[in-house]
Amino acid sequence: MNSTLATLAVLDGISYAALVFLVSVGLSLIFGVLRVVNVAHGSLYAFGAYLAATFSIAVAPTSPWLTYPALLAASIVIGVVCGGLIERFLLRPLYGRDDVLQLLITFAAFMVMDNLQRLIWGVQPIFANEPLKLLPNISVFGVNYTSYQVLLLPCVALLTLIGLRYFLRRTLSGAVIMAVTEDREAATAIGIDAKRVYFVTFIIGASLAALGGALALPTTSLVPGMGADMIVLSFAVAATAGLGQIEGTAVTALMIGLARAFIIYIEPEFEVLVPYLLMVLVLLVRPFGLFGATSLRRI
Amino acid sequence: MAGRLTPIALGATVFFLVAAAAPLFVPSWATLFALILAKGIVVLGIILLLQAGQVSFGHAMFFTTGAYAAAFWGKFVGGGDIVLYLALGAISSTVFGLIVGLFVVRYREIFFGMLNLAFSMVLWSLLEKMFHYTNGADGIRVARPTLLGWAFTPETFQYVILYISLLIAAAAFIGVQRYLDSPLGHMLRAIKSNETRLEYLGTSARRVLLVGYVISAMLGGIGGTLVAIIQQIATPEFGYWTKSGEFVFIAILGGGAHAFGAFAGAAMFEIVRYFAAAQLANAWQLILGVVLIVIILYAPNGLIGLRQRDRRAKQGGR
Repeated sequence: MNSTLATLAVLDGISYAALVFLVSVGLSLIFGVLRVVNVAHGSLYAFGAYLAATFSIAVAPTSPWLTYPALLAASIVIGVVCGGLIERFLLRPLYGRDDVLQLLITFAAFMVMDNLQRLIWGVQPIFANEPLKLLPNISVFGVNYTSYQVLLLPCVALLTLIGLRYFLRRTLSGAVIMAVTEDREAATAIGIDAKRVYFVTFIIGASLAALGGALALPTTSLVPGMGADMIVLSFAVAATAGLGQIEGTAVTALMIGLARAFIIYIEPEFEVLVPYLLMVLVLLVRPFGLFGATSLRRI
Repeated sequence: MAGRLTPIALGATVFFLVAAAAPLFVPSWATLFALILAKGIVVLGIILLLQAGQVSFGHAMFFTTGAYAAAFWGKFVGGGDIVLYLALGAISSTVFGLIVGLFVVRYREIFFGMLNLAFSMVLWSLLEKMFHYTNGADGIRVARPTLLGWAFTPETFQYVILYISLLIAAAAFIGVQRYLDSPLGHMLRAIKSNETRLEYLGTSARRVLLVGYVISAMLGGIGGTLVAIIQQIATPEFGYWTKSGEFVFIAILGGGAHAFGAFAGAAMFEIVRYFAAAQLANAWQLILGVVLIVIILYAPNGLIGLRQRDRRAKQGGR
């Protein structure tokens, strides 16, 4: 492996990690607050991508620059509408019930959304890469790469990370969310509306998944099954980092993104294997993830 | 319970009799019922773990192990027999279950589910990518095997495999019930209700769970072998996470509180899919998803639970 290939692998890894981070951090946030593994998360990602495609194909003839707001609009629409519906009508009746049921109802939401996606957008691959073409290519150590992938995506991911950190640690709404995460009963006792916190958190998490999908649109073609693939991958990242760990998710996403990119150039068959193998190894040694705080065995 | 004919035992008897008799009148049902029984065997394993309060979101790995045991033998050795396939499927999944089990029984709840998922995804990606051995996503065709040396025409064979599935399903159903009624089975249930107390009694909760896990892996493997023979193919998709989700879905649909829930759930799942796929080919998954939502929201103990809730209500609530 020469230095050009290595640079290429690093750039691939970074741009891929940025997208995976956006999706995984949403999943991790939802788990951290609601204690629910949202199996429909991958579908929100796919819906974000597909709606972004619909929007950008609609606005591209007017001006290709409008595709950027279109991507953002699509992710917010999906996050608020789909995320809101799932939390309000599927999860809310089940709080305080068996964990299995909460997990399974998001699985049901996944089945429904996966099918809806095929019915609405069909099974033919969809391309829409205007945003990618608008920005110039840049050269990194002699390697030509699109600045959309090596600059824009990592910037969005970094801003999301900083934004989330600021929101959770420095603002009142964030403090309220942290309080509910820490001790729901005590938080409710001092007058915090836990239901509202769950609702808002789920919408934020869902929007992040949809944003990941919308931003992935210019870089790949949309195919059925992309949601099912993404949920396990983002789950592997979130679990390896430790569910609920926001900064840890960023580090792990970068780690898995880079590992995957290098494997593609060395031994392409094992590309898919990397994240899961890493997840098994980490969970065997540290079941709470790399960055998760160990707590006492709950019985 | 023993000796008394409870409504559920009656329901189970009726179900097995219908599965045996109905396909004689409608030949196209033979495969449908064989699939129901085979999947029911896998779901029995899920229900076993549900008794301990644990949900495996990766049980499809044992299902695939069973399926590929038959497929590999057919591909690399050739000339398979149903009995040989089933033995191979049972042995390989038991061994695999023991190895994975040694790791996963140390964890509970979400960590248990997560680790199972991780193991199953590793197996899935290996099957998908080791193209040289597994034909990748296309899978391996499983040629119609003989039974103790007897070869059959396709028409007869669908009945042969139906009755073999029926025999194994009935045996597994009775076996699982006996196991759950045994001291070891009661200890398994105690993991859900109070694990600390179980350990204070001087037993190892991990060992109790390991026994349950290995049995459940074996059931998954046998079911997988049967499905591979019925559908004449083994593909990596058998081990994808959605398949694991489907098994948990069927368990909840039928009701995780009783072994018969496995077959009640599998019957409902496959029948809905059979008819929905014929009428609304594009929307069967949507329909199943909605059914699942309704079940979870309004009847969280599954089809079996409807009956039990009824009885509990008569006794004056829980």
